Amino acid sequence: MLRIQVRRRLGSFTLEASLTATPGGVTVLVGESGSGKSTLLRLVAGLLDPDEGRIDVPGQVFVDRATGESLLPEDRAVGYVAQDYALFPHLAVRENVGFGLRALRRPRAEVRERVDLTLERFGLRPLAERRPHELSGGQQQRVALARALVIDPAVLLLDEPLSALDLVTRRSVRAELRRILEGLSCTTLFVTHQPTEALAFGQQIAVLESGRITQCGTRDDFLRHPRSRYVAEFLGINLLEGEIVERHADGTANVAAEGGVLSVPDPGQDGPVRLVVHPHDIVLSTEPPAGSARNVLRGAVEEIVPEPPGGERLRILLATRPRLAAQITRDASEALGLAPGRQVFASFKATGVLVLPG
Amino acid sequence: MTAAVRRSAPRWIPVAAITAMGVLLLVLALPFAALMARASPGALLSRLAEPSVVQALRLSLLTSFAATAIVVVLGIPTAYVLATRDFRGKRLIEVLIDLPMVLPPTVAGFALLMAFGRMGLAGQWLRVLGVTLPFTTLGVVLAQAFMAAPFFIAPVRTGFAGVDPRYLEAAATLRASEVHRFRRIMLPLALPSVVAGTSMCAARALGEFGATITFAGNLPGVTQTMPLAVYVTLQSDLDTAVVLSVLLLAMSFGLLLGLRAAPGGWWGLRPRAAHPGSSPTR
Repeated sequence: MLRIQVRRRLGSFTLEASLTATPGGVTVLVGESGSGKSTLLRLVAGLLDPDEGRIDVPGQVFVDRATGESLLPEDRAVGYVAQDYALFPHLAVRENVGFGLRALRRPRAEVRERVDLTLERFGLRPLAERRPHELSGGQQQRVALARALVIDPAVLLLDEPLSALDLVTRRSVRAELRRILEGLSCTTLFVTHQPTEALAFGQQIAVLESGRITQCGTRDDFLRHPRSRYVAEFLGINLLEGEIVERHADGTANVAAEGGVLSVPDPGQDGPVRLVVHPHDIVLSTEPPAGSARNVLRGAVEEIVPEPPGGERLRILLATRPRLAAQITRDASEALGLAPGRQVFASFKATGVLVLPG
Repeated sequence: MTAAVRRSAPRWIPVAAITAMGVLLLVLALPFAALMARASPGALLSRLAEPSVVQALRLSLLTSFAATAIVVVLGIPTAYVLATRDFRGKRLIEVLIDLPMVLPPTVAGFALLMAFGRMGLAGQWLRVLGVTLPFTTLGVVLAQAFMAAPFFIAPVRTGFAGVDPRYLEAAATLRASEVHRFRRIMLPLALPSVVAGTSMCAARALGEFGATITFAGNLPGVTQTMPLAVYVTLQSDLDTAVVLSVLLLAMSFGLLLGLRAAPGGWWGLRPRAAHPGSSPTR
């Protein structure tokens, strides 16, 4: 378990975060560049000191401003994998992996044995005598992980572990990394700006927006209750802000949201609300729909984005009011003859809208 | 884009630049050529064995080696502190270290005399301990170290500061203490700079004249190093002066050439390959 509660100013930017990482699991910290995620990792690693707060793991207080305690990076039970791995260029793979054990002054025989075991485990045996510049990106990542894990850290910190890789390598390395992380007993804190990585790796996901954690929970929590537009956007769902204008006897209510009015389930009270509409709940048609859907919006197709890139589903961005993103299959899109500029009807049921307090 | 820029560049620029370089090279190379022309291989070899030449050569090698060793031992920690720490008065220390580079050597020698001479500030105390510096071989070493130290510290400091902090941070999170990080990461990665600094320092110590003659005098076999011997023999025995000069020229040339050749070959370490992936963002 890793508990973080810190505040740190960097110029005009302030990081203020509190987070408890899942013991023995993977917590993903996701946010755009400049949101403070790398800063948070550096605080945990001890490469940066917080202005206030405390970071601890069972049995070791990394830093506590209240008592003035602060361990040097080399005294903290962390393993840190930097964004571009920072493998020592003058040392062979074997020496890179053995670096931590030698720094700890372990007997030579023990270093040898543990390095051999680790090289074996990460499939690095044949590369043991190579220098980092002779390795591919994926191999470098494995060396960096092996190097950090050979000293049995209580906490593993990964800073954008996949961003230094090209797209093709990334896909295969991602699967491998997930397999490695699943087999670990230590607590992992994984930082990324890619929502897809957050969803793929995180047992717990924390969203960092301009220095604050705006939402923290499981993948399902996020899908059910996205708390900010950023979260909704990275999940690919529609999040609208609006205000109740009318409540009906049939259990529905009208909400004025971003230039239009939508029919939604009555939340039971007036005031500002946020609406979640899942893109796959939106039906597209070129003629006015005949069904029972209460919400029918007309607008032009703005953009068609395959999802995942090159995939079977398409994400249709619509210039309706409010603006929406719908998701349909490639076949359905072809049947409708969708193209940018084409006028369409987007319809969805009132009950398909999730209403959250604003 | 590049082609367009090339086409529009005036023709006379390369011509002018090459001419300027030619003039400069002529001024630099002509004295050396003249020196070499004066030295016939036969005379060179016969004079090489002459006691005065051997004596000066031995003394020069001994003192410049000792001076370089002292500068390396004291200079590495100094360069490390200057490269990694910020503190009050750092500027002042930097200027102090660089000063001998621009100071007239005679002034440096005179200042050394004031400090370590028999009546000097520290000299009195050294005499109590039985150590005499002026007009001794040890004094030569001190004068050379004094003058050559900045030539070591400047490049080494730059080398240490140039080691990517990510490697040091990675090493720190791998439980390496500062001493361990220095020995296993910083020093090996900055080794080309240390080698360069050592060569520069040795070359400077070998060529030291002004501070040596002022502080240590000109006693054959004791303080008369090769540059001093050249100056003395110049007036009496021109052939010996030529031999000594050619020797000095060859040694300096060798040191500087070795320095140029070294950095590229270290570790087969190619700078581009040392940084995989893109530059990190915060």
